[in-house]
Amino acid sequence: MATLIIAEHDNSILKPATLNTVAAAVAIGGDVALLVAGEGCQAVADQAAQVAGVSKVLLADNAAYGHQLAENVAPLVAELAKTAGFDYVLAPATTTGKNLLPRVAALLDVGQLSDIVAVESADTFKRPIYAGNAIATVKSLDAIKVITVRGTAFDPVAAEGGSASVEAVTAVHDAALSRFIGEEVAKSDRPELTSARVIISGGRGMGNGENFALLEKVADKLGAAVGASRAAVDAGFVPNDMQVGQTGKIVAPELYIAVGISGAIQHLAGMKDSKVIVAINKDEEAPIFQVADYGLVADLFEAVPELDSSL
Amino acid sequence: MKIMVTVKRVLDYNVKVRVKADRSDVDLANVKMALNPFCEIAVEEAVRLREAGVATEVIVVSIGPKAVQEQIRTALALGADRGIHIETQSSPESLSVAKLLAKVVADEQPGLVILGKQAIDSDNNQTGQMLAALTGLSQGTFASEVKIEGDEALVTREVDGGLQTLGLKLPAIVTTDLRLNEPRYASLPNIMKAKKKPLEVKTPADLGVELRAHTELLSVEPPAERKGGIKVGSVAELVEKLKNEAKVI
Ligand SMILES: Cc1cc2nc3c(=O)[nH]c(=O)nc-3n(C[C@H](O)[C@H](O)[C@H](O)COP(=O)(O)OP(=O)(O)OC[C@H]3O[C@@H](n4cnc5c(N)ncnc54)[C@H](O)[C@@H]3O)c2cc1C
Ligand SMILES: Cc1cc2nc3c(=O)[nH]c(=O)nc-3n(C[C@H](O)[C@H](O)[C@H](O)COP(=O)(O)OP(=O)(O)OC[C@H]3O[C@@H](n4cnc5c(N)ncnc54)[C@H](O)[C@@H]3O)c2cc1C
Repeated sequence: MATLIIAEHDNSILKPATLNTVAAAVAIGGDVALLVAGEGCQAVADQAAQVAGVSKVLLADNAAYGHQLAENVAPLVAELAKTAGFDYVLAPATTTGKNLLPRVAALLDVGQLSDIVAVESADTFKRPIYAGNAIATVKSLDAIKVITVRGTAFDPVAAEGGSASVEAVTAVHDAALSRFIGEEVAKSDRPELTSARVIISGGRGMGNGENFALLEKVADKLGAAVGASRAAVDAGFVPNDMQVGQTGKIVAPELYIAVGISGAIQHLAGMKDSKVIVAINKDEEAPIFQVADYGLVADLFEAVPELDSSL
Repeated sequence: MKIMVTVKRVLDYNVKVRVKADRSDVDLANVKMALNPFCEIAVEEAVRLREAGVATEVIVVSIGPKAVQEQIRTALALGADRGIHIETQSSPESLSVAKLLAKVVADEQPGLVILGKQAIDSDNNQTGQMLAALTGLSQGTFASEVKIEGDEALVTREVDGGLQTLGLKLPAIVTTDLRLNEPRYASLPNIMKAKKKPLEVKTPADLGVELRAHTELLSVEPPAERKGGIKVGSVAELVEKLKNEAKVI
């Protein structure tokens, strides 16, 4: 058995989500290869070669793959899967993986299992459906199994200790269907939401974007990431990349502090696997209290500054 | 140009589903069904492009049992011009849906196809990307802005790191994110008018597509329940608990 994993990276750094996906591949068993497709991404391949459990790194370094456009990368992955005899193709269930992998599956004429949270056997997996209100056990009937992996469900393998070989892949697929125009990438010194140990999130109750500074102060003391509800994003308080939930990021930190968030099912879907949940809300009937380990009924504009000064 | 939009019938997003006692599936008997929220946004975007004179016609497609015609009528009431219902017994898997849609694309030759980014029942997030692969067209997933300029669609995408803008050669496949627009409500006169708009029914056989299962659903279980916790009386008590009881700070 052999698994091909699409490495998540930005041409210079291998993203941690890759390590959780390798863990899922290790649970399946067999050889694990990582594909690094990008431009000027030798450094990523070198990091990938260190990852525990990986036996081979395939490096496709070409301008056509620079922005990892699905139109160009999907045919490369499909070709590798067929010619190099991979039984599984995996990617993290990030926006990059979600964008790319269904295109690969369709080129291979197979289905895709999205967002798996457990490996039951070589062909059977668990995945959440209906915003996590049900967990389906699904068996794949396809010869090549194409799967995206929910990072929070698998403990990452070690980033170091491996010694995989790096092989160059020279095939170039340039579909010339799409072009990269630009991006607005949020720059932050705080940890990434999906890998943070502590997260403090704000909702509509924050009132405006400036008030998120209250949360940032607490975050800096706790080494936490700052998240948000969809309502806070829609109201323009904060950018979309901070959204936690069914249609945003799925997180499972050690500590999740929800401030001024009511606890809609779509929000809970993204954070209810956190180890410890704290809710601060002035409405004691708010549904968030039903999942909170520690609930504080209080006005956030008093409670959060007090929390800040007592840390 | 024509725009094709797809709509899926799903349970209403306010409904909390329960798993059947025999754990064979979720229980959808008597629950309120609705248009998938992301599909509603797709319809709105297409109608706005027609209203802006960019598109000439909006065709809405749904796949599933007869009941999905209700969602096609909703889309027609929101402003789509005509409907195509591809009748199947159950809602087929994403790849099958994409194969059926690819045939409709070949027949109708739309300049743009807009789908929801994900259906809130299966949460798959696959169909648009699969359709793009099968038709060999460009794809712009998780769109929060779509502009047509010349022979390109400029699509701003909501990605993990922030926002990304791509130029897609037309015809293109776009999937919607929540912030793309705020769908209108259907007015009563428009709901009445929708009843008279054309709705064509086809079968997979008419389209020459044979449906094949790629997955088998073995069982469905409820998620692990979280035990309700406690209420603390003050910030000081909260900090004390987090330090000494939960030991997370
Ligand atoms: C298809 C679909 C997908 C969605 N996906 C997501 C998703 O991924 N993530 C997500 O979060 N949402 C998502 N939503 C939206 C979701 O349904 C809710 O609307 C949203 O989560 C509500 O955000 P909120 O809790 O911040 O706002 P509200 O529900 O308005 O809650 C605000 C809370 O703040 C409290 N509050 C106000 N002022 C104060 C104060 N001074 N002190 C203390 N507390 C205060 C209030 O008591 C209230 O409980 C989705 C919706 C749809 C339809
Ligand atoms: C418990 C359970 C588990 C399942 N597991 C899987 C699985 O692992 N893999 C799998 O492939 N299927 C699975 N299915 C089947 C699944 O429910 C869907 O019917 C199927 O995958 C259709 O696509 P989607 O809803 O996932 O589409 P998504 O890719 O999530 O939807 C994106 C968009 O595609 C369009 N679209 C999707 N379906 C239709 C339609 N019928 N008519 C018109 N437009 C449509 C809509 O615009 C929608 O917003 C499962 C079903 C159940 C009940």
